[in-house]
Amino acid sequence: MPVSLSQQATESPRNMDVAERRAAMKLLVAAETKELAGLLAGIGPLPTHENVRRPETGLVMVRGRIGGDGSPFNVGEATASRAAVRLAGGEIGFGYVLGRDREKAHLVALCDALLQDKSRRSTIERAVLAPLRSRLEAERELAAARTAATRVDFFTLVRGED
Amino acid sequence: MYVAVKGGERAIENAHRLLAHERRGDRNVPEVSLRQISEQLTLAVDRVMTEGSIYDRELAALAIKQARGDLIEAIFLLRAFRATLPRFGSTEPVDTGEMQIRRRISATFKDLPGGQVLGPTFDYTHRLLETWADEPDEPASGQAQSEPTPRVTDLLGVDDLIEPSPQSGPETPAGDLTREPLAFPAARDVRLQNLARGDEGFLLALGYSTQRGYGRTHPFAGEIRLGEVELEFFAEEADFALPLGRITVTECQMVNQFQGSGTTAPHFTRGYGLVFGHCERKAMSMALVDRALRAHELDEEIKAPAQDEEFVMSHSDNVQATGFVEHLKLPHYVDFQAELGLLRRLRAEFEPEQTDDAATQEAAE
Repeated sequence: MPVSLSQQATESPRNMDVAERRAAMKLLVAAETKELAGLLAGIGPLPTHENVRRPETGLVMVRGRIGGDGSPFNVGEATASRAAVRLAGGEIGFGYVLGRDREKAHLVALCDALLQDKSRRSTIERAVLAPLRSRLEAERELAAARTAATRVDFFTLVRGED
Repeated sequence: MYVAVKGGERAIENAHRLLAHERRGDRNVPEVSLRQISEQLTLAVDRVMTEGSIYDRELAALAIKQARGDLIEAIFLLRAFRATLPRFGSTEPVDTGEMQIRRRISATFKDLPGGQVLGPTFDYTHRLLETWADEPDEPASGQAQSEPTPRVTDLLGVDDLIEPSPQSGPETPAGDLTREPLAFPAARDVRLQNLARGDEGFLLALGYSTQRGYGRTHPFAGEIRLGEVELEFFAEEADFALPLGRITVTECQMVNQFQGSGTTAPHFTRGYGLVFGHCERKAMSMALVDRALRAHELDEEIKAPAQDEEFVMSHSDNVQATGFVEHLKLPHYVDFQAELGLLRRLRAEFEPEQTDDAATQEAAE
């Protein structure tokens, strides 16, 4: 359901909690590009927006920690794409995703911007985040159940006395 | 040294055409797709990502296909590709304690809090070649547990039975071999980066050598875990850490022989391995060699190759190694002409002497 652009300009746009945006991004970055595009298409025509950062692909250096919990070290790089968009109402959205799909980075940024627009938040939540969440949760649960089936209880045999 | 040569353009072009033909194989056989490589030759893809040092399954699959299955060539291709991309920065350090676990085993504690799960493992298979007529059965499902899965080293750490991990201040950036050349002595963060991208075969052999007595460290596989971790990137423009997505990693915690001194109570020492994808043998080898390379820090006598950081770190990279070994194939005509000239001179000097010697001997007889 498209919302008129004049409506959002009157509302304070940037009041969304960082924790909520992070939680939404966790879902968005796990989506397939086609899936994300399809879900967004379901809410009507995309709102006008400009690219604050044109989608681009590069690398991020993945860091681990010595011993798992010590000082950081560099494990190796990963491909990543990023984009940033601004809606007519001024909301700026960011998209940083693993992989070389710039379109996906752009769509994530757009969703992040739309989520900050109060008048659109519930639509994005219902039409984009909710279906993603249920798919990802179901997959995660299935993987966890399959892993759980390989749970092993080793027992040691006591050596008999001579 | 080799010098540039001219000529051979036509031969080179035709060799490349022939290579493409051989790569394709019998044209009556369907061509293998990147998706097939990524889905069915998963562990080859994992190795190429780890040693190619770029996490990107599709690129690694492409490299494997282009390299006709030669994994070192594929690793080389990935490393070359890297040079074409800018770097956005570094991710936040991954938290392996929060991993969504697909495999977790310990050779030190049978009753591990959070449990041991075998996951998709070759262990306990009979290593008999099979032919599959049908699709495999669906995997079994069990009751997933929600209890936390602390690292084994955290459990031992509670009682100070094991040394803590080294902690640096937040302002100390980790050394980066892709930015600064290797210098010795190398800090542990740089050594771990070198080992993470090092050749699996080389590290396996070195790890094995420590077990056979060349720098013995009495290792136990404290814990090996495989699964997915979340990556996050702190973007300055957003001013918070943005979730990037999940990657698969394998982590190995080696628990090694104890250390103590007049001032510190005896405690276990550690070796650490962390790699992209499911590369268990590599993670274990890395942890063994990491521990061996700590010989100097732990006041151990350095007498084995696995303890010699200059030896290990200078030879672990298979792209460098293959470059130097395989460059011997390139024309060395001028070098060789010089050697040949020298040899001829030496022989010319040698022959009259021989004749003189023979004459002297005859005279003596």
